[in-house]
Amino acid sequence: MKIPRLTDTTLRDGDHAVSHSYSPEQVRTIVKDLDEAGVPVIEVSHGSGLNGSTIQQGFSIHSEYDLIKVAVETAKQAKIASLFVPGIGTSKELRKAAELGISVLRIAVHCTEADVTEQYFRLAKELGLETVGFLMMSHTQPARVLAEQAKLMESYGADCVYVVDSAGALVQSGVRERVSALKEALSIQVGFHAHNNLGLAIGNTITALEAGADQIDGTLRGLGAGAGNAPTEVLVAVLNKMKIETGINLAILMDAAEEKIVPLMQSPIVIDRGNLSSGYAGVYNSFLLHVKHAAEKFGVGVSEIMEELGKRQAVAGQEDWILNVAVELAEKKGLKI
Amino acid sequence: MYKILKNDGNMELTLVTGIDPNSEGLARAREKGIATSHHGIDAILEDPEIKIVFDATSAKAHKLNAPALRELGKLAVDMTPAAVGPFVVPTVNLHDHLEAMNVNLISCGGQATTPLIHAVNRVVPVHYAEVIATAASLSIGPGTRQNVDEFVRTTANAVQQIGGAKIARAIPVFNPAQPPINMTNSVYAVIKEEFDEAAVIESVQSIAAEISCYVPGYRLKGAPFVDYRETPWGRLPTVVIMNEVIGAGDFFPTYAGNLDIMTASAYRVGDVYAGHFLGVKEVTR
Repeated sequence: MKIPRLTDTTLRDGDHAVSHSYSPEQVRTIVKDLDEAGVPVIEVSHGSGLNGSTIQQGFSIHSEYDLIKVAVETAKQAKIASLFVPGIGTSKELRKAAELGISVLRIAVHCTEADVTEQYFRLAKELGLETVGFLMMSHTQPARVLAEQAKLMESYGADCVYVVDSAGALVQSGVRERVSALKEALSIQVGFHAHNNLGLAIGNTITALEAGADQIDGTLRGLGAGAGNAPTEVLVAVLNKMKIETGINLAILMDAAEEKIVPLMQSPIVIDRGNLSSGYAGVYNSFLLHVKHAAEKFGVGVSEIMEELGKRQAVAGQEDWILNVAVELAEKKGLKI
Repeated sequence: MYKILKNDGNMELTLVTGIDPNSEGLARAREKGIATSHHGIDAILEDPEIKIVFDATSAKAHKLNAPALRELGKLAVDMTPAAVGPFVVPTVNLHDHLEAMNVNLISCGGQATTPLIHAVNRVVPVHYAEVIATAASLSIGPGTRQNVDEFVRTTANAVQQIGGAKIARAIPVFNPAQPPINMTNSVYAVIKEEFDEAAVIESVQSIAAEISCYVPGYRLKGAPFVDYRETPWGRLPTVVIMNEVIGAGDFFPTYAGNLDIMTASAYRVGDVYAGHFLGVKEVTR
């Protein structure tokens, strides 16, 4: 099997899990360890992408530009990447991140909306960035649709397109079909980004590799939105066992996960009722903390909000629907708002 | 077009013009017995009888059209995000710009949400406002898709200028759910001082009722409420307003409330200006 390129997104997806509180000092420490360990790409930005500091997504405590700057300064060999969601970010923030020295831009949209990414892929290429397309909530569409959307991104200048299991709702057969379809349709690279709601983050990532994926994602200790991601250190250990030589130092990653990440965690990331119901209903993982807030405010259950959001087919960026669903559930129960 | 034909107002529809002789829109206009042209803006410029022009081209095209229309004294109701003239929202500032020869309708999200922020701001100053405008994927055309930046910029500017918020953000969301969802908007208004919650809620409900007079499918989803949020300015009360717009179904399907609120607002603006030109006294509701 080929050696995949690993992107660690502790400092992006993990931003959701720490409620957007990363400090420049924390970023410096984590980037230093990941860089020394030999992780080739490190993603840094608000969890919802550049300019994501909002009421809807959660305000950041420190400017993400300061965090990106520190990351770029600290990394000796690793490329620094940022996530970009059209509409949350605009060309202005994209240019600013490029000026600060990021090398990779990962452009994320709901997996049916690839045509809104064109202006940003073209701009990112003009600015000399490597570009990755992120098809979010990939479980909602069949392999054929994803392949069509990925082809659009390829035509705009993407260097790689990811199947993104934002809800942690895919099982292995679903991963295999989708990654294979993209491999077949595209002449560029294909990636896979996992979430662990069904306990399959590592398993799905290995399945993606078997189906031909060129790039994969992890986060230290699995620190990510909702149920978290494939833990980077576990991925490296598994790849070692499979005799896939990534050249990444496992010991440094294990120490970083244990000593640098665990102290940052608000609570252990486990597949509890909230995370399982979210993955089972196919709801975007970064909704979790917002759902908990709304459940408490309006006196309704986390699982019932998740179930209803799944039925309504909410997509990434629709945290406002959580409030709407909670209000309607409370009204139905005759609770006072 | 359908709104002018359906309503007995101050305007008469004399011409529908485009650049594609085979376009569906022109064919529909001909079916209704309206004169059409495929010579674009030129057909309008040649007709001295035309006083009001609804421009639904693109920001780029409108910037070219605007000076020509102005020179001939034709009022341009700009439905693109070009923002050549002042922003106009019927319930907020329609009568402030009666002498302007070019007015801009912001965006669908702007028409739906800026009056709600204005309604909060007239009771207590809004420090920061954030607008999430969500529409069915099927109702978003290629123009918007290829230039999301423009929507974001124009709508956020209007949240400040029309809504009165000191700081503003606007974020569009396209949702592909089947069956298609109605347009929904959420407004978060962060307030830095003590205020009368009941007065804010009443102000918002009353402006929503006014909007629904010219956009019949416009309604609040539940009463506005106050939620406390961590913000860069501390833990502050945030007024949360949720809204839905169901289209009239004149031409676009009813879920496309985002398109309907633009045409309904344009009709309302055009009708008031036409009344002004004709010297008709507006009947107070």
